[in-house]
Amino acid sequence: MNEWANEQMTNGQIAVKVRFFAAPREAIGTGEIEVEIPTGSTVGDLIDLLTEEYPALRTYTRFISVAVNRGYVGMQNVLHDGDEVACLPPVGGG
Amino acid sequence: MVERAFQITEEDVSVDEVVARLADPAIGAVITFVGVVRGVTEGREVRYLEYEAYPEMAENVLRQIGDEIRARWETIREVAIVHRVGRLQVGETAVVIALSAAHRHEVFDAVHYAIDRIKETVPIWKKEVWADGAEWRSEGG
Repeated sequence: MNEWANEQMTNGQIAVKVRFFAAPREAIGTGEIEVEIPTGSTVGDLIDLLTEEYPALRTYTRFISVAVNRGYVGMQNVLHDGDEVACLPPVGGG
Repeated sequence: MVERAFQITEEDVSVDEVVARLADPAIGAVITFVGVVRGVTEGREVRYLEYEAYPEMAENVLRQIGDEIRARWETIREVAIVHRVGRLQVGETAVVIALSAAHRHEVFDAVHYAIDRIKETVPIWKKEVWADGAEWRSEGG
């Protein structure tokens, strides 16, 4: 089954996993959630939705980079069913 | 290709063990960078650091940094980078970068590049915990 057909089967909604780390993870109190969003939603749409759901995220959204399936992407990136999205605050390793 | 060359681990990191991963009769030089937990930042005494990673992605990004280094410096033969996560005490090793080369030329530039790229781009975060508070820290401030 192709991706498009798969997405249509769920009533125009897709499910993505969203992971949080460091300060935003502590702010919202969890490291991982499942979110249903309309088919065709972008990363930016998802961030808007998350900010409504979790007002504590608002402090961080300006600084957050986003990865989809473990690679950095832009806010215009269109999401697909089963994607793993990660909200990454400014890194500080080393 | 070196096994387990790019790794996020909760275990102690040993410089000797990381260097041993690069063993190869063709090399004539190994350069290492060892990042250690500092006990004082901006005049405040650090009790410990808490490192957190997005481990699956962090290992991929470390591998990309290794690829960038070998593309940019032909003299570099192998790259291994191991970063520890979890609670680290002052003086403990947080990261080891080891580069091998046939000759010593340019290895210093390459290791400098490696640590800069790690701090810029690898999804790892550091929380400083002091006696009277705590804060997530990044290069940006």
